[in-house]
Amino acid sequence: MIWGWPVPERSLIPIRHLGHRVIESVWRLGVAARFFVLTLMRSGTCARRPHLVIREVFSTGVLSLIIILVSGLFVGMVLGLQGYDTLQTYGSEEALGILVALSLVRELGPVVAALLFASRAGSAITAEIGLMRATEQIEAMQMMAVDPIARVVAPRFWGGLISMPLLAALFSAMGIFGGYLVGVVLIGVDEGSFWSQMQAAVDFGDDILQGVIKSVVFGVAVTVIALFEGFDAPPTAEGVSRATTRTVVTSSLAILALDFVLTAIMFRGV
Amino acid sequence: MERTTLDLWVGLFVAAGIGALIFLALKVGNLGSFDSARTYAVEAHFDNIGGLKARAPVKSAGVVVGRVSEIGFDAQKFEATVRLDLDSRYQFPKDSSASIMTSGLLGEQYIALEAGGEEAMLKSGDRIQLTQGAVVLEQLIGQFLYGKGDAAAGAEGEAK
Repeated sequence: MIWGWPVPERSLIPIRHLGHRVIESVWRLGVAARFFVLTLMRSGTCARRPHLVIREVFSTGVLSLIIILVSGLFVGMVLGLQGYDTLQTYGSEEALGILVALSLVRELGPVVAALLFASRAGSAITAEIGLMRATEQIEAMQMMAVDPIARVVAPRFWGGLISMPLLAALFSAMGIFGGYLVGVVLIGVDEGSFWSQMQAAVDFGDDILQGVIKSVVFGVAVTVIALFEGFDAPPTAEGVSRATTRTVVTSSLAILALDFVLTAIMFRGV
Repeated sequence: MERTTLDLWVGLFVAAGIGALIFLALKVGNLGSFDSARTYAVEAHFDNIGGLKARAPVKSAGVVVGRVSEIGFDAQKFEATVRLDLDSRYQFPKDSSASIMTSGLLGEQYIALEAGGEEAMLKSGDRIQLTQGAVVLEQLIGQFLYGKGDAAAGAEGEAK
């Protein structure tokens, strides 16, 4: 019965279910936002003990180097091959440098590096913190009056934030080198026009700086999602495994959605 | 891992990342190709700039000697005003002429600067008097078609 109308109780179940899920996801979003603000507010420890951050830069940044560099090289080489194939139809192979550089610096560098970062470093962060929760290390810290947000979460956040733009820049640079290898060394596009057309078309403020801004935003998104999922994971083996999966899925979707929003704001000036 | 080894690796990583950014800025982007401190600005008015864009190169004898810094519209004369930043290593006579050219058939547009013969040199804030706007392909085709038509009509008239 709703407002005196005879509605069969069973038909309401799916609608209740939907409402429950919406309320739950909004609630989770709110908790994640408060978690993020709390992390920023408790970051003072990181400034006093920079070695905590350096350790995290090592585990998120340095250990991701191999996958970032190798993927960057191959993405650039594929761009070189595919781009040459298409540009050749219009007789403008010299524009290969522009194509490779712009697509890497603007889009592929930040986005693919962030996707790799999410699956390489983000999942590790979630599993680590989730396991700390499951083995009650977080509670032990609280018992010893050590703030787990300041000691565990904030250093990982800043470490990810520092690593991500550097990894994206390395990815782009490596990709351009890969495009150069395929375009100039292998196929034989004129080296002078490859670089000079690239330099004429790529603007520092418009293209490179905005790519860096993108990678910083992705870095914040991936680390916050990974940290929150880990902190929020149910303290069981299954809970940790689910949280790790959710980190990769959610942060990949967040990266792509944020990429669209940022592109719309920065390049189109919406 | 040992603390010093860790520091070394992180230091290397950060240095490599910053190096990649500098590579992108200097080698891939156009930062540093012209130092704004060592340029002087001159102005030129064109009846039509076509597809010219800010940061397009200014070339003399094919060598890049400056860049377009600003494009505006003069509402009194209904002309385009273009500001050029020229490298102060290169001085041009006051009666030099500027024309908008296209590199290749579909390439980017640039400004070609042709030196004149006067003794006095262009200074910052001067205006280049002799200019030639961009060639609009449609106008060119139109002229060609009408020219053909007129020629055909003339030939018919002579035959009669």
